Amino acid sequence: MDKLLEVKNLTKVFSLGSISSRIRITATDDVSFYIKPAEIFTLAGESGCGKTTTAKMILGFEEPTAGAIIHKGKLRTKKEKVWFTEGIQAIFQDPFGTFNPLRTVDRYFFETIQNFKLAGNKKTAVELIDRKLKAVGLSYEEFAGKYPNEFSGGQLQRISIARSLLTDPTLLIADEPVSMVDASLRMSIVNLFKKLKEEFGMSVLYITHDLATAYYVSDRIAIMFRGNIVEMGTVEQVLMQPRHPYTQMLRDSIPEADPRRRWRGRVNLNETEREEYLKQGCRYAGRCPLVMDVCRQEVPADIQVDNVLVKCHNYSEGVIA
Amino acid sequence: MDKIILTTRQLKAFYLLDIHGRQKVVKAVNEVELEILENEIYGIAGESGCGKSTLLKTLAAVVEPPLRQLEGKVIYHINGEEVDVSTLGDEEMRRLRWEFVSYVPQGSMNVLNPVVKLKDTYHDFISSHVKGKSQEETFRMAKAYIAELGLPAEIMGAYPHQLSGGMRQRVTIALATLLRPKIIIADEPTTALDVIVQRGVMQLLKDIQQKLQNTIILVTHDMGVHANVADRIGIMYAGKIVEEAPTEKIFSQPLHPYTQFLINSLPKFGDKTPRQSVPGSPPSLADLPTGCPFHPRCPQVLDICKEQMPAYIAAAADHKVACWLVEEENGQAA
Ligand SMILES: Nc1ncnc2c1ncn2[C@@H]1O[C@H](COP(=O)(O)OP(=O)(O)OP(=O)(O)O)[C@@H](O)[C@H]1O
Ligand SMILES: Nc1ncnc2c1ncn2[C@@H]1O[C@H](COP(=O)(O)OP(=O)(O)OP(=O)(O)O)[C@@H](O)[C@H]1O
Ligand code: SF4
Ligand SMILES: [Mg+2]
Ligand SMILES: [Mg+2]
Repeated sequence: MDKLLEVKNLTKVFSLGSISSRIRITATDDVSFYIKPAEIFTLAGESGCGKTTTAKMILGFEEPTAGAIIHKGKLRTKKEKVWFTEGIQAIFQDPFGTFNPLRTVDRYFFETIQNFKLAGNKKTAVELIDRKLKAVGLSYEEFAGKYPNEFSGGQLQRISIARSLLTDPTLLIADEPVSMVDASLRMSIVNLFKKLKEEFGMSVLYITHDLATAYYVSDRIAIMFRGNIVEMGTVEQVLMQPRHPYTQMLRDSIPEADPRRRWRGRVNLNETEREEYLKQGCRYAGRCPLVMDVCRQEVPADIQVDNVLVKCHNYSEGVIA
Repeated sequence: MDKIILTTRQLKAFYLLDIHGRQKVVKAVNEVELEILENEIYGIAGESGCGKSTLLKTLAAVVEPPLRQLEGKVIYHINGEEVDVSTLGDEEMRRLRWEFVSYVPQGSMNVLNPVVKLKDTYHDFISSHVKGKSQEETFRMAKAYIAELGLPAEIMGAYPHQLSGGMRQRVTIALATLLRPKIIIADEPTTALDVIVQRGVMQLLKDIQQKLQNTIILVTHDMGVHANVADRIGIMYAGKIVEEAPTEKIFSQPLHPYTQFLINSLPKFGDKTPRQSVPGSPPSLADLPTGCPFHPRCPQVLDICKEQMPAYIAAAADHKVACWLVEEENGQAA
């Protein structure tokens, strides 16, 4: 089996505060997964669980504290900005952060085209830009000469996707690409990922909170919780029969687009983020309805259950699940 | 009979832009007719850039250049009296803000002052908005309110960056509703939050609404959130509300072709069949098509659609639509 990208035991520790009261946050802890060619792989999980940090390490924007990144069979040795050059492209959470408010957005496109010599003259450049914009539901006419603040958040996000497509990347890292986009455009963007995968063999690392589109578009999914991957497998297995108690809760919290199936019960959110990061044992123990004594003492191992990775003591040997 | 709390009549709010001496008009809110009821959650959905945020700005009376309210009215129903918002002076509006209507803009959880502890932010807020009561007394009320909403007391001593996005959003909502407004206007309050935190934020908003017996006008992209919390939904397209009905009806029998696309494009668990999004691209609000603004993308387009804007009619007593395909209930005129 071919692996386009593999990360092994990726760990990132941030140190915060003064020397006397230093806090260490393990943003990602021993994270391992791979992405195959022509595969859409989703990384999901709540805010602050380490998704963006993982993406930044893959892109070379952050140096891992430990672990390895292997891209196209080559081990990445030191911190280097690899996107663009290695066929990896990225789109980020906040489209307003992507573009300088004082520059017209088309300049970014022409710049990329120039840097990569993607077109011989202005006319072919404009055609290329128009084609990529059409793919995301926009056109050159409604975009030329405009500044970022003349677009809504959703429009700007589609523009940044179009820009990342200029170089025909083999891996697109999409960090919350649809969080500011409406429902029907959401589908057009994930359908676009599907098309790019099926027609051009492109792979996508899809980072999202939107598990409904993740189910629809991806092949495999990893659920992260507080720096760990707690469950990983095909979307069919993970989202339709979640095994980890956290995945089960996540699945129950998804607002389904069906007024006959409204949320029942309440969620409890009072534990603060930092406490969970500092906790021993399983980081979910404080909220888990199935918690056992061992959960508070020992970090659960990664257990394979029917080809799904589950990090939960309930699936350890000798424990009746 | 349900009482009305907010009405708009033929509301028009455009961005008037001057680009290198060339006039450009962005018709972001175009003849919007709304009647929002007391004690309801009214959801507004529609494509990016269709004018949802702009509509909320006009409803909250925060209209600043280049945005201009050109025609029509926004009316608040205050203790049985109809108040035309555009006739209010700055001072009167200041009094209504937070006490009658609270507005939580898109991305507002990121505007809490980062170098100030939350309790000081609350102190500042109280001292600039509450007159005639002692500071200590109102601050005690604020603390009691925070506790009532189930937020931990420690957050008062925290700086915004020490809190997660979801907690910041809940603190922002608590702050905005401290003075118990009759209307809460919330623009994408859960965008970019994960599902569990989103649920927590919506739970808080609903708790507040139950407690205060007030109205929430909610804009979100997330049809799942609308399905879960909204009583009625207005569908916005190209600056207009093109359909409005109780939530169940919007999902089960949408009448406008745009709404039909919107509902049918929603992904469902356990069903991976390809879903189509709306064909074509949204129109430019600076250069609207003639007739029905949806006509260039509409698979059921008629000749008349290209020339005349359909009237906004009642297909049923609780179901309004602007589409030439839909007949008025009983064939009567509005
Ligand atoms: N530069 C940094 N310095 C210190 N802590 C950081 C830094 N970047 C991230 N963190 C912390 O690391 C953790 C993981 O953050 P990350 O941004 O990767 O989460 P995420 O899963 O992308 O969250 P979201 O869904 O909110 O985008 C968080 O607790 C965050 O506060
Ligand atoms: N300050 C501004 N100046 C000029 N045009 C603007 C301004 N703000 C918004 N617009 C334009 O007005 C239209 C409506 O924008 P608005 O922000 O109301 O959309 P929206 O429905 O809230 O979109 P989103 O779902 O992406 O938040 C868009 O076409 C946008 O480009
Ligand atoms: S009025 Fe005509 S173009 Fe507009 S939605 Fe109805 S059928 Fe389609
Ligand atoms: Mg992130
Ligand atoms: Mg908006």
